[in-house]
Amino acid sequence: DPDRKTEVVLLACGSFNPITNMHLRLFELAKDYLHETGKYKVIKGIISPVGDAYKKKGLISANHRVTMAKLATKNSDWVEVDDWESCQSEWLETLKVLRYHHQKLLSTDVTNSLQDAVPITKLGRKRKQESNRHEPIKKKNQSPVVKSVPQVKLLCGSDMLESFGIPNLWKLEDITEIVEKHGLVCISRAGNNVQKFIYESDILWRHKNNIHLVEEWITNDISSTKIRRALRRGQSIRYLVPEAVRAYIEQNRLYGPESEDRNAGVVLAPLQKYASDPRSSQALN
Amino acid sequence: VRMRCRIPVILLACGSFNPTTNMHMRLFELARDHLHQTGQYQVIEGIMSPVSDKYGKKGLVSARHRVAMARLALETSDWIRVDPWESQQDTWTETVKVLRHHYNEALRAFQTKEFMRNKQPTESSTGDSVSCQRAVLPELKLLCGADFLQTFKTPNLWKEEDIKEIVEKFGLVCISRAGSDPSQFIQESDLLSEFQHNIFLVREWIQNEISATQIRSALCRGLSVKYLIPDSVIAYIAQHNVYTAESERSNEGHLLQPLRLPNTAIKHLRD
Repeated sequence: DPDRKTEVVLLACGSFNPITNMHLRLFELAKDYLHETGKYKVIKGIISPVGDAYKKKGLISANHRVTMAKLATKNSDWVEVDDWESCQSEWLETLKVLRYHHQKLLSTDVTNSLQDAVPITKLGRKRKQESNRHEPIKKKNQSPVVKSVPQVKLLCGSDMLESFGIPNLWKLEDITEIVEKHGLVCISRAGNNVQKFIYESDILWRHKNNIHLVEEWITNDISSTKIRRALRRGQSIRYLVPEAVRAYIEQNRLYGPESEDRNAGVVLAPLQKYASDPRSSQALN
Repeated sequence: VRMRCRIPVILLACGSFNPTTNMHMRLFELARDHLHQTGQYQVIEGIMSPVSDKYGKKGLVSARHRVAMARLALETSDWIRVDPWESQQDTWTETVKVLRHHYNEALRAFQTKEFMRNKQPTESSTGDSVSCQRAVLPELKLLCGADFLQTFKTPNLWKEEDIKEIVEKFGLVCISRAGSDPSQFIQESDLLSEFQHNIFLVREWIQNEISATQIRSALCRGLSVKYLIPDSVIAYIAQHNVYTAESERSNEGHLLQPLRLPNTAIKHLRD
């Protein structure tokens, strides 16, 4: 019954410095996995590059990173790029980005439901120009179908999940809300330690039904770090990133030894923020 | 100014290409970078040579499709091309014969170019480290993955004299993944050790093991292969319904063509 499926939006947060074929694969794998459960329908994928205020070493300007992500997804009919996070002047916790997109999803959903239900109010009268013109009344005969609330799930690799254990990087209450209210889709390589990591954490264990583990059988280790390294050494990155991204990097001469030195010695934004916050040094277990 | 001439190299990859994946194309890029970084070679061309249908491998779809897909995959490359010669032969062709054919073609092209060049007075090319006063004969090298190298020890698959000709007259560029190291395999073979100067081992540190078998399996299950093979190839496969449960069963139960050939006095590589 298609109406009983939960609609899901997959949200991937990260540096995307630069975006690679591996990042894009995460979406494909997650969508296939969720569809095969028969319980979910993935309606959208969102790539949300982190803002420059994150201060990660080697992070180049958000403008470039967003542009490259857009080039990478121009041939996708369901994955898109959102630059809201990257436009913020301060670094934002991942949970805040999740909440933002969840809110957005809910209000779009409400608007859509309203559009279906609202009839024309004044027949025969010309309305003022509106951005949403409604069709003449098409009332649904049956009672509204109860769809479960659409969800935004965080899409990530096992490295992000395991980073929950790094002191001062995440607030425990954030992790809790992420897995409790939203959910995680975590892609990892065969033979990984993710299940063990979940087992060893009470919070993660409690919400393990909301943590979807997807195994990637095709070993795909195309990390942005390796891409940047190859570029510094004048080596080819063809077929590891979309061709349009490769061309953009070449034209704009991104990623050299100087760009890799950006933020050298600077403390990562979350670490800076939480260093003195007792809530974040709480153990994950 | 003494200019050191780089030896021009053509890379030839033989295989099923069933279908062509991003990994196949990466092999070329890695090999080229490696050879360039030795300072001794200039890779001038890459050739992808899909095997003929007569190879008889399970799941092998028609060469017409495989060549078309390779062509689509290589659209964005300015130095790699697909050559259908091998796939058009009536029978399966030993790898060494494919090498010989392409080498002769390269030689012919080279001689034609030399002939044309000598007709005109030589104008010295300034600052071009590649072209020399006297042209250097190109070399043709077989490009492969480490698993291909390992097949040398499969009984009855290769003739020892062919292996010898491949490593002696042509040369091998062998790409292996970070974990494995084929140098031991080479050390254990007298034949390969003798010509190890002509066997280039390239380490692929960015693992990207997209096997064509996994791709076909994913396609049959309706799973996505986007970003593993080019979009143009995905579209072609969908349009022509190339890979199905039925195509996977082709040649089922049949022996690979090279194994069917009479093999008098074929020496095992390890003997």
